[in-house]
Amino acid sequence: MSLWEYANPTRFMRTSGVLLPWLWGLTGLSLVVGLVWGFFLTPEAENFGSTVKIIYVHVPSALMAINAWLMMLVASLIWLVRRHHVSALAARAAAPIGLTMTLIALVTGAIWGEPMWGTYWAWDPRLTSFLILFLFYLGYMALWEAIENPDAAADLTSVLCMVGSVFALLSRYAVNFWNQGLHQGATMSLDKEENIANVYWLPLVITMVGFGLLFVTLVLVRTRTEIRARRIKALIARERMV
Amino acid sequence: MIALLLRDLTLAIRAGGGFGLALTFFLIVVVLVPFGVGPDSTILSAIAPGILWVGALLACLLSLDRIFALDHEDGSLDLLATAPIPLEGVVAMKAAAHWVTTGLPLTLAAPGLGMLLSLEPAAFRWLVLSLALGTPALSMIGAFGAALTVGLKRGGLLLSLLVLPLYVPTLIFGAETVARGADGMATATPLMMLAAITLAAVALLPFAAAAAIRINLR
Repeated sequence: MSLWEYANPTRFMRTSGVLLPWLWGLTGLSLVVGLVWGFFLTPEAENFGSTVKIIYVHVPSALMAINAWLMMLVASLIWLVRRHHVSALAARAAAPIGLTMTLIALVTGAIWGEPMWGTYWAWDPRLTSFLILFLFYLGYMALWEAIENPDAAADLTSVLCMVGSVFALLSRYAVNFWNQGLHQGATMSLDKEENIANVYWLPLVITMVGFGLLFVTLVLVRTRTEIRARRIKALIARERMV
Repeated sequence: MIALLLRDLTLAIRAGGGFGLALTFFLIVVVLVPFGVGPDSTILSAIAPGILWVGALLACLLSLDRIFALDHEDGSLDLLATAPIPLEGVVAMKAAAHWVTTGLPLTLAAPGLGMLLSLEPAAFRWLVLSLALGTPALSMIGAFGAALTVGLKRGGLLLSLLVLPLYVPTLIFGAETVARGADGMATATPLMMLAAITLAAVALLPFAAAAAIRINLR
């Protein structure tokens, strides 16, 4: 029994089909618990007022926006090394979700920024690098759409994903150099004294788990769709041959 | 490989538009900016470093799809791929030819255009230096983008979508060098970063670009 067995599409379809209802349930549960707890059962923060509650959408979506790209990078590497089609399709399936997460993080950040900083947008390093990440997602998806041969598309997007990762990281540190930050630093590190207060911490962790599960679930659903689409294409091609 | 470089240069010169087009585009961008923001020289000199760098970047972008597209159309790219020299070397030479026909003239023309935008006198040498150091990276990154889109019918727009985000670090450090030079501050850090980006791009991206071409020619 190894992970690579799921490279077989049939096996992947069967296992993911069994897992999906459970994943949906867990996702819904953790999101509802985390968000309800966060929105209604936590006190308003000093200096922030009720706007602090945006954190329960903003932070998890930002987290998943970055993790989605990491997942695409890993899936692309697996495709390049071991040529498993499911892996390439999973990378393709993750891109629009990552794009949406980036957009959610940017929009909730703007809504939060208006009352706190007095502006919807500032050219702060974190904000700017998220905008750049957004552009990377767009480019990646556009390249997938543009190439007709599915294997060539998977190869080229994998190469782009790897090169893009390096440049995305580079941009992250380049914008640090270019402008001073308005955004606050990390407040959830394990090794720092000054962290977010405990009342906010627990629901935030639950929403983060919820967003993570949501991402996994959606990637599975979209990968299944891609596999089915590919099967339909193969069936149509076979019909034509006969 | 030298023969390939000379061939590309000859083609660019004789086919016309190689040198002139990017330069003219650069000139037009720089001329249009004062119409947009007004002729006030204090504003112009404040934004001049950024405008000059963005203009150079866009001018560079303009001729990127020619790097491989023409060779792909007439089949010489297939010959180059099967030639005894490594494809990585071919890519590097193509990028070098692109740099000689766009990056180098842009670098040389930039001081004149800097004058139009009333750039601070102290910044001129930094402008030339940063462009000379940074434009090879622009050509190399662009060659990678062109390699990704070489097989596509309408790759031009997609190429800019892919390449422009990759240009961000180069642009930041390049424009920062000139801006610091204009303010009389130390420019060593952004210049070193710029040089690092160029060296890394020239060293590593030919492999990625060659891999992309191999996929596209499959």
